[in-house]
Amino acid sequence: MPERRRLVQAALLLMALAIVFGVAPSVYGNLTLLFMMMAYVALAQGLNVVYGFTGYLPFGYVGFFGVGAYGMALAVTFLHWPVILAVVAGGVLAVLIGLVLAPLLRLSGAYFSIANLAAAEVLYYVVANPNLTDITQGPYGMKLTAIFDPTLSYAVMLVIMLVATAIVVYLRLSKFGLALLAISQDPVSAGTAGVNVVRGRLIAWLLSAFIAGLVGAAFGWHISVFYPDSVFALQVTVFAIVFALFGGAGTVAGPIFGAIVLYGLYNFIGISTPEYFQLIYGALIVALVLFLPRGLASVFERGGRHVL
Amino acid sequence: MELLEYALIGGVLFGLYFALVGLGLNLIFGVMQIVNLAHGDLIMLGAFGAYWVFHLWGLSPMVGIPLEFLGFMLLGIPLYYLLVPRLLGTRDPEMLSFILFFGVSQMIEAAATLGFGSSQRSLPLATLGVGNVRILGQAFPKAWAVSAGVGVAAILALYVYFYRTRYGCATRAVMADRDEARTTGINVHWISAVALALGFALAGLAGVFAPYMIGSVNPSVGVNLTTISFAIVVIGSLGNPLGTIIGGLVYGIALMLMETYFPSWSTLVPYLLLILIMLVKPAGLLGHQVRRA
Repeated sequence: MPERRRLVQAALLLMALAIVFGVAPSVYGNLTLLFMMMAYVALAQGLNVVYGFTGYLPFGYVGFFGVGAYGMALAVTFLHWPVILAVVAGGVLAVLIGLVLAPLLRLSGAYFSIANLAAAEVLYYVVANPNLTDITQGPYGMKLTAIFDPTLSYAVMLVIMLVATAIVVYLRLSKFGLALLAISQDPVSAGTAGVNVVRGRLIAWLLSAFIAGLVGAAFGWHISVFYPDSVFALQVTVFAIVFALFGGAGTVAGPIFGAIVLYGLYNFIGISTPEYFQLIYGALIVALVLFLPRGLASVFERGGRHVL
Repeated sequence: MELLEYALIGGVLFGLYFALVGLGLNLIFGVMQIVNLAHGDLIMLGAFGAYWVFHLWGLSPMVGIPLEFLGFMLLGIPLYYLLVPRLLGTRDPEMLSFILFFGVSQMIEAAATLGFGSSQRSLPLATLGVGNVRILGQAFPKAWAVSAGVGVAAILALYVYFYRTRYGCATRAVMADRDEARTTGINVHWISAVALALGFALAGLAGVFAPYMIGSVNPSVGVNLTTISFAIVVIGSLGNPLGTIIGGLVYGIALMLMETYFPSWSTLVPYLLLILIMLVKPAGLLGHQVRRA
């Protein structure tokens, strides 16, 4: 039974991820690097939920990440919530912002992407505005040193990454995921076949907002001092897009592979002069679009193998 | 009243310049339905060109314009043949071009940072003429008037090209229907390559005046400039050159009004305008078709 085999594959993949990132800190000392790698796996999966399955490329994806970080920080600072609850609050706030931005889904293709980028810029300029210093500290950033806890936040990030991957597994194996793919290929035909187009897109959009919000919240907690510039940086969106595209959007394994390999590469060559890495991934994007629009996963699939 | 008048006239001057900022992006989209996401980075390169012309040779940035125009055209034509024909053959050229030119944009930004460093470069307003220009009793820096004038000249020149030259006529044919243009014997690829190159050159031309109108530049301003250009083009409506003028004016006046009355929120203008226009009238102010997925 192929269905059961794919379920087993998915379970094995999730277990492998959990074990690798669970054991890694005791082997490799740079906890923040491992944390960021997991964060990017989760972000690439979150982006995959909306881009891989509905075809909408959210160019302002970082907006949800930043909202998550600030939502967590505000819940801790003003409501004095326990941190883990505050992380969830960050995710929920991102979903609410996603609902506000849902009308953007009426736009198609490049229009959606640009409008989403503009929306992320609006969020950034509002949060960073000096007029709001009493609430968000404006450009001066949030300092949450009292809740700093690298080990626990690492564990929470691990859970978030597994949840994000599990969501993609669900889309990959379920009827709902298939319906989403149908919508992205031909919304009119999908509609006549009985698929609820608007609801399907909205659910995918909010799921991906939730993931980015959780990741942003956990990131804010892990580093505990952050600025609007760092949690609304376009680079976060760009990395998530490149990692997902490289591995293959629409698959479970692609974004994981892309994030781990390219983020590792980024740390190997990128830290001292990030421009070299920027040059490489710029060229990589061009090459992928021209020669491999479905990512590395399509190379394996061409060989007749199935990629989860 | 005095203040409002200043904001409105200043807004028109800015608007005419911003029409030039969006013009290249719109031309390329109109001719080949390709979203040049590297538009802002080309503007940035144009600004650096102006900066070097002034700082290396002590010449007015205006002198460098023909050279820059030629340089950008020479960049555009090979790039067309390298990327676009393959792109147009894919399943979803519009979306894929968006991603592809984003890659190009990242490469330009990285190369510019490696080559020029990341510090802010600016040009003094006086390099485009000392003193003020009086328009309807209000005084404005000469540089603003020169930039607006070049904007108007570029738009007029594009119209002459479209309606008075053989190439322009062929370009309009390609805009109307690519396949039909091919059957009438037009070399569609060559015409499109020239259009892409012209779009690049217009971005470079807008860049020459960016240090005066937009502020100091460094290699990372490209993305913001692209978003601003998009706002302008979308306000007018994609693919319609006349719309770009309206988009530029709406944007310029809105920006000046915000800077006059709510200066701390004025950075939000292009983004809010973009979102509002897209949601209320997705096809732009001059568009007919409503884009819905």
